[in-house]
Amino acid sequence: MTNGFSGAKAFSVFAALASFLFSTEVRAELGQPRNWQLGFQEAATPIMRQLNDFHNFLLVLTTVVTLFVVGLLVYVALRFNENTNPKPSTTSHHTLLEVAWTVVPILILVVIAIPSFRLLFAQYDFPKADLTVKAIGNQWYWTYEYPDQGDLTFDAVMLEDNELKDEQPRLLATDNEVVVPVNRNIHILVTASDVLHNWTIPAFGVKVDAVPGRIIRTWFRAEKKGVYYGQCSELCGQRHAFMPIAVRVVSDGEFASWLEKAKKEFASIPTGGGDDASVGSPRFALNQR
Amino acid sequence: MAGKAAAAHHHDHPTGVKRYLFSTNHKDIGSLYLMFALFGGIVGGLLSIGMRMELQEPGMQFFADPHIFNTFTTAHGLIMVFFMIMPSLFGGFGNWIVPLMIGAPDMAFPRLNNISFWLLPPALTLLVISLFVPGPAGGYGVGGGWTVYAPLSTTGSPGPAMDFAILALHLAGASSILSAINFITTIFNMRAPGMTIHKMPLFVWSILVTAFLLLLALPVLAGAITMLLTDRNFGTTFFDVTGGGDPILFQHLFWFFGHPEVYIIILPAFGLISHVISTFSNKPIFGYLGMAYAMAAIGAVGFVVWAHHMYTSGISLNTQAYFVAATMVIAVPTGVKIFSWIATMWGGSIQFRTPMLWAFGFIFLFTTGGVTGVVLANAGVDRAMHDTYYVVAHFHYTMSLGATFGLFAGWYYWFPKITGYMYSEFIGKLHFWFSFIGVNVIFFPQHFLGLAGMPRRYADYPDAFAGWNYVSSIGSYISGLGVLIFLFGVYLAFQRKERAADNPWGEGATTLEWTLSSPPPFHQYEQLPRIR
Repeated sequence: MTNGFSGAKAFSVFAALASFLFSTEVRAELGQPRNWQLGFQEAATPIMRQLNDFHNFLLVLTTVVTLFVVGLLVYVALRFNENTNPKPSTTSHHTLLEVAWTVVPILILVVIAIPSFRLLFAQYDFPKADLTVKAIGNQWYWTYEYPDQGDLTFDAVMLEDNELKDEQPRLLATDNEVVVPVNRNIHILVTASDVLHNWTIPAFGVKVDAVPGRIIRTWFRAEKKGVYYGQCSELCGQRHAFMPIAVRVVSDGEFASWLEKAKKEFASIPTGGGDDASVGSPRFALNQR
Repeated sequence: MAGKAAAAHHHDHPTGVKRYLFSTNHKDIGSLYLMFALFGGIVGGLLSIGMRMELQEPGMQFFADPHIFNTFTTAHGLIMVFFMIMPSLFGGFGNWIVPLMIGAPDMAFPRLNNISFWLLPPALTLLVISLFVPGPAGGYGVGGGWTVYAPLSTTGSPGPAMDFAILALHLAGASSILSAINFITTIFNMRAPGMTIHKMPLFVWSILVTAFLLLLALPVLAGAITMLLTDRNFGTTFFDVTGGGDPILFQHLFWFFGHPEVYIIILPAFGLISHVISTFSNKPIFGYLGMAYAMAAIGAVGFVVWAHHMYTSGISLNTQAYFVAATMVIAVPTGVKIFSWIATMWGGSIQFRTPMLWAFGFIFLFTTGGVTGVVLANAGVDRAMHDTYYVVAHFHYTMSLGATFGLFAGWYYWFPKITGYMYSEFIGKLHFWFSFIGVNVIFFPQHFLGLAGMPRRYADYPDAFAGWNYVSSIGSYISGLGVLIFLFGVYLAFQRKERAADNPWGEGATTLEWTLSSPPPFHQYEQLPRIR
């Protein structure tokens, strides 16, 4: 992607520096942000890795362009001020220059467009689903359904501060987590029962609006076991900041045993969301913070 | 008799209520717009400081209810867009300077001009009232963001607050449409003899392009919010799936207005920055025609890129691919402008007066915001950034800081012409440095927050976002201090009354307004100037 450049060596040095500063290969925490973080969370899916690589490339380009403009500004400020250049020139045209600064940006944009479209089309290249999960946004919690697992249904409500245990992150942890097997293609069908919401996991590189009356799908293939957190990303009212998303990625065996347990546990509990658009979960109480 | 009436008219200098409430004079109306924008900017700025105070540390400290925080973000956005930037750059400087620059005695429709302004105070009043009437269940005010997406703005906010906000937007929109008509007519018909369209100053070009954008975009907003109004009150279902409508339709309509709106905000700044740079470089504008047509191109392309605000809304792959390509095209004319400004300075003899500092700041901020715009244009990578603080950083760098720095460049540039008094260079430069450092401390770290995944419009956030949020809040206090310095500078200028020369900037200032006295006479150009 970047080898076509002249000055490829300088580029690669810069890219290495950028990836040292901004990329995510050395992160300790998986699936959640870290204080003073500068870049993306560590990628857990092939799509997020590709997104991260593309962004690192863009970061180099945009930094170079910005530094170039800043360099020009500093140069003209020092070289062409009233003391250093008391007699101004009267030049107001230079056709070649004007053509150049029109054409060169176009070329740069074409260079950006190629990996950009590759990433975009990869995101919409849905592999065959190993598991499908339906996520339904409600004010202000999520309802999850596993339609091909005997209609397993449960709500996921944010844990209040006094409910957190074992280093669970505040405002990210939920009482029930979406559990999915590792290295499997998971399709997520996203909708909402009341207003717009948005389902996202930053480490997976997925983000989908939850729109009442529509089902929008996305997919991911998580490659590392762990708990991954996201937060509602479409303004949905009072407790918009308090309806996080937690996905636990486990082995096939752990998934099977969770499924069995979950089917029993959630069989008797009514849920709030879903197609009947009933309002409010019995377990959910509006908690004014 | 007609001659006598005209003569009497010329000597008619109304004062007080008669002068301002009934004003048909473009300069007085321009002053009203500027004062109104100053008020709007202070209110909008206080709201943003309130938000930054809440976000300084994790947990809820100042707001009892996160919904009130949401009403702050909503009101901040609406007030800054409709009651600060637009009234100052387009209404204020447009009214004051365009007739002076084209050699016209006044605007084409002076009474229309009067109502254009006087629609704004009631609009702002309605918006303020909306904060104090019921909105969503158990809350007051509109908390749906300046985008007022359905269904949060319909079934999600049943109280009358949203209706007040919608009517406020209707009035502000009508005001802008009327003044757009006025500017287009004035610029097309009232240029001084010899001023062809290709000799028109770039600020006039920018106002002309902006006026066309307003004329084409605002009716679409008016339609969209009228549909919201009927959905809310009369049982229609334009944005409700259960009645055959679609919430995504609202987003298309809103952004068909909303994207040109960001160019409405920034284009006048583009225009006036050209004059500031040319004046203080003591050099003609480089590539005048390219600059003019770049603005026209930005305006035209700005109408066909709206769905890049909607990459995660479920629009199809091919739709996204088109909007990626179209959006990236905008970088080209924008690049032409940035490089032409630098080329204008190249070989010049730059005086670092206060307006020039703001122009330098403008170029840096707009470039920084521009390159993140190229990043966000790519749907694939926007997937990770949509609705995060990265977007907040991007649009503040471009349309709010860009526009505000343009605004202050224009303020200091034309302050001597408008008031007849010289401002204090020291205070002006102090204002610049506090603002420049402050806004960068606010918004640069927000890129990091966004990349790490912090969603926007959040009243509280996970502890891992604490560090950069703290830094960002400190920046907001620094730039708040900058605003106080600005206000002191205005006070000082009026208090010490240092007379400004007709042209305080020297031979670099070549446009017609500098041939007039400072301040200009109540009616100027009784003999039309001739442009060679």
